[in-house]
Amino acid sequence: MGRKLLIQNDKVPGIETLAVYKAHGGYASVEKALKSMTPDQVTEEVKKSGLRGRGGAGFPTGMKWSFLAKPEGVPRYLVCNADESEPGTFKDRYLMEKIPHALIEGMITSSYALGANQSYIYIRGEYFYVSRILETAIAEAYAAGLLGKNILGTNYSLELSVQVGGGAYICGEETALLESLEGKRGNPRIKPPFPAVAGLWGCPTVVNNVETIAAVCPIVMMGGEEYAKIGIGKSTGTKLISASGHINKPGVYEIELGVPVEEFIYSEEYCGGIRNGKKLKAVVAGGSSVPILPTELILKTAKGEPRLMTYESLADGGFQTGTMLGSGGFIVMDEDTSIVKNLFTFSRFYHHESCGQCSPCREGTGWMEKILKKFLNGTANESDVDLLWDIQSKIEGKTICPLGEAAAWPVAAAIRHFKHEFIEIAKNKKFVDISHYERLNKIRV
Amino acid sequence: MGAQVHGTQEFNKAKRAEIKFSDEAMNTVNIIISRYPQGKQKSALLPVLHVAQAEFGGWLSPEVMDYVAEILKIKPIEVFEVASFYTMYNLKPVGKCVLEVCQTSSCWLNGAEDIVKYIEKKLNIKVGETTKDGMFTLKVAECLGSCGTAPMLQCGASFHENLTYQKVDTIIDEYKTSNKLRSYTDLDYKNTL
Repeated sequence: MGRKLLIQNDKVPGIETLAVYKAHGGYASVEKALKSMTPDQVTEEVKKSGLRGRGGAGFPTGMKWSFLAKPEGVPRYLVCNADESEPGTFKDRYLMEKIPHALIEGMITSSYALGANQSYIYIRGEYFYVSRILETAIAEAYAAGLLGKNILGTNYSLELSVQVGGGAYICGEETALLESLEGKRGNPRIKPPFPAVAGLWGCPTVVNNVETIAAVCPIVMMGGEEYAKIGIGKSTGTKLISASGHINKPGVYEIELGVPVEEFIYSEEYCGGIRNGKKLKAVVAGGSSVPILPTELILKTAKGEPRLMTYESLADGGFQTGTMLGSGGFIVMDEDTSIVKNLFTFSRFYHHESCGQCSPCREGTGWMEKILKKFLNGTANESDVDLLWDIQSKIEGKTICPLGEAAAWPVAAAIRHFKHEFIEIAKNKKFVDISHYERLNKIRV
Repeated sequence: MGAQVHGTQEFNKAKRAEIKFSDEAMNTVNIIISRYPQGKQKSALLPVLHVAQAEFGGWLSPEVMDYVAEILKIKPIEVFEVASFYTMYNLKPVGKCVLEVCQTSSCWLNGAEDIVKYIEKKLNIKVGETTKDGMFTLKVAECLGSCGTAPMLQCGASFHENLTYQKVDTIIDEYKTSNKLRSYTDLDYKNTL
């Protein structure tokens, strides 16, 4: 059994309430940080912990915090990115729904470290009911003196509120999120300036993912060095993985970084193997944006070493033979899955979610969806595979924000590893979805 | 003002004059506005639009958007450009219950397409259409964060997960019986997990 630092109490009855959460050691990091540490000392522990952004990019959190500009007399903000929208990812929803106080505790401790007196949790609009759970927990925290003026009798004060979005994947990009928080369309901003200098209403701002902020609590309690002992190399600590697809036990799992991918898929502790005794075909390991890998490359690296659930091991081999840990959205596909059809759902998604600011993304995502549609209705030619490759290569690196890459990478990886599937459909002029009957059986009850 | 600013729907002055939040809704709106610094009330736009949509029949008419603009002291076009950007705001009338079936990867891997077909047949409407009695609108949605409990559909604040045909029947029956407008802001959400 690996160590759990975030959701170890998820099954405790009443853990969503302040009383039960506190009875299980909750808010100890607020007590410790505000009463016995300076803000810089908290930041120092986060740096030592090696914690990396859990939203997908994996940028070192302590470093992000240290970039925050601190001009005299200008307010600073901490904004929590709870816009979880990457297909395959539902870990933040789980954490907020089950243990809302874990996020609120992290927000207080982190805001203290950053010197923010006003913080926001920006949550995707579809999670409206989760925002209710958070608001109830926030009200409890205010009533207990954990939020508001002079928290726990110290001279630190913090106001915390939740803002719901309106349904737009792009708002998970931090500058689009800030635009949305200002009541505008979610069009990403050109960087620089980075939010650390000019963020919310032009003030210095740190934007962190839900899981990242929640992880600050155990780091403060155990110390950065202890936290860094969990995991392997630069992949320190624990990570929430959202497991879905053709597995026996879909759900959210907290792992110590470094668990072998094979163990994660097949052990009873985690996914419990492939459903219906089928064989594994492919895995999207870190949310829809990251390259899909076939069985042989997801279980072992090109060098033949076991692939591990770490930032480095999953990325081993670059995009030729590797992928990314990303958001930890782990989608498993069995032997009957059509890679082309799955890719179509991704491309349709990115076309729908492109904000429309940059032409390569706005137009390119639509073209890719259209061409993939041709494969599904049996009208594609072999040359369409090359066309698809050409379009994706012309989106990557040519847009303001990474949605362009996120749309291009899955297309590139599907062609790189499963080109034969595209060619076969184009040759036969026919698409047969062999897993359809099985899917139907699952829901035809 | 009017049609150009507000998109495809006609602007009606007489209707506009009748639009007013209930005291309860206005109270909620004021709480939302108070969360932002002085002068930054535009930040309240997205949450206030959710309140407005729930209050005024499940969609945002040009008159409602105009009213929201007045409350937040911004231009009507600033409201329309936001309302038209985000997928959760309806700019045309919809049924009392909007069924949004997730269709992205993990949901597709678990049969979302057949759930959509089943609902189409059951309600005798296509995706994007509303039943004649004005009860249901069927939509497809992109990843709603229920990948581990796929397939799923959202209706207002409720997530209905691990769907089967039988579950769909039950959900539709329940919504028909309660005959209520369902909104994202509802407090009586049901999480079927």
